[in-house]
Amino acid sequence: MRFELMYESFFKIIEGIPLTLQVVSISTVLGLALAIIVALMRISGKKSMTIPAYYFVYLIRGTPLLLQLYFVYYGLGQFSFIRESILWPILKEPYWCGIITLTISTGAYSSEIIRGGILSVSKNLIEASGALGLNKFKTFLLITLPITVRQALPAYGNELILMVKASSLISIITLMEITGIARTIISKTYAPVEIFLVAGSIYLIINFIIVLAVGLAERKLGTVRAN
Amino acid sequence: MFEVFSFGSSGWGDEMLMGALMTVLVSASSLLLGILIGIIFAACKLSNIFILKIVANTYTTIIRGIPELLVIYLLFFGGSGAVMYIAKIFGYNGYIELNAFTIGTFAVGAISGAYSTEVIRGAVNSVHKGQFEAGKTLGLNGYGLYGRVIFPQVARIALPGIGNVWQITLKDTALISVTGLVEIMRQSRIAAGSTHEPFIFYTAAIILYLVITRLSNILFDKAENTYSKGFVSKGRYEI
Repeated sequence: MRFELMYESFFKIIEGIPLTLQVVSISTVLGLALAIIVALMRISGKKSMTIPAYYFVYLIRGTPLLLQLYFVYYGLGQFSFIRESILWPILKEPYWCGIITLTISTGAYSSEIIRGGILSVSKNLIEASGALGLNKFKTFLLITLPITVRQALPAYGNELILMVKASSLISIITLMEITGIARTIISKTYAPVEIFLVAGSIYLIINFIIVLAVGLAERKLGTVRAN
Repeated sequence: MFEVFSFGSSGWGDEMLMGALMTVLVSASSLLLGILIGIIFAACKLSNIFILKIVANTYTTIIRGIPELLVIYLLFFGGSGAVMYIAKIFGYNGYIELNAFTIGTFAVGAISGAYSTEVIRGAVNSVHKGQFEAGKTLGLNGYGLYGRVIFPQVARIALPGIGNVWQITLKDTALISVTGLVEIMRQSRIAAGSTHEPFIFYTAAIILYLVITRLSNILFDKAENTYSKGFVSKGRYEI
């Protein structure tokens, strides 16, 4: 063990934390919006809505994230109409390619969590709110949504941890976040175990904070009673 | 447009299929290694020995909280060194280099082992206590009890979970393309680079992954049906 090296590399690796957190938080927020849209499409009952949503989720969950990342970063840039479009300033940046890919990925995975949460809301509650004269939109906002949030929170916490882990892949498209910096140091110093311990602990601490925060939110929102 | 996928030396069709075969091979060996690890660590977690529990919990927490890519880098850069270190203890001082397949199998196996541990632990827990007691009453022990009575029940309950682990493992093998193993991901990268057609090759890779996923879904459903013979609820696609 080279503790001096671990100490030095710690200060280099923590410089990657802001980028990791930035990418994770931007794509989580955007992905959540996408997930809600996809989940609503899937439970809408209209075939023109459910089929595209189903295949979107199937496609994203059935392929590796790395492949999706390559597809967005290298694959799309092949076409001149994309290179000439107004989207090109965004699509040529690895930073935005990373955010787009992670957004799509978490959108597909979370849509299943949200769908499960919405479906778990008892029919009786919806009927009761109809009987009280609430319209469909108000029922969704005041009855379905709060219960869905409570039901989906534990699974969504797992998804957040998976997002932190998945963000390490953007190092492959040249972004210097935690894993990217760690990899550079490993190939310079050839001390894989030491750097792994340092970078790994940083990820464990980030994920531990997420677990604590989600646990706190769960307690604050209270446990869901049966029915 | 599709001539790039022709077979032989003029196209990439056979190379892509070989890449798919490599993906399946490395995923299958990682899954098997992972199940082996899973059985050992599930036994540790279920044992009453404090230190074993700590070791198993540390392993699953670390693997589930750390990016897969870091684990792969650790084994890719440190694997040969570790093997040489162990060989030195046994008196061998030569240079040993592990090939990409071995490193990939160990890295992805270690990752899928953590997920398998949880699946197997849950499955063993869900076998009724009475089954162990009844087996012992009948005078069974060792293989008779665990192989003939407990295992078939654990396998039935664990199969859907192992099916999920397989899907995760299959996708994780894409990451070992960074170590140079020529599977679907690496092969499509090479082909995309040499033909300047990334879009079509990454699309082909997506299709290959979806086909493998679909086929393995069907296989796992068949296995689930076989193992749940005599039970009311069968596989997902039962009509």
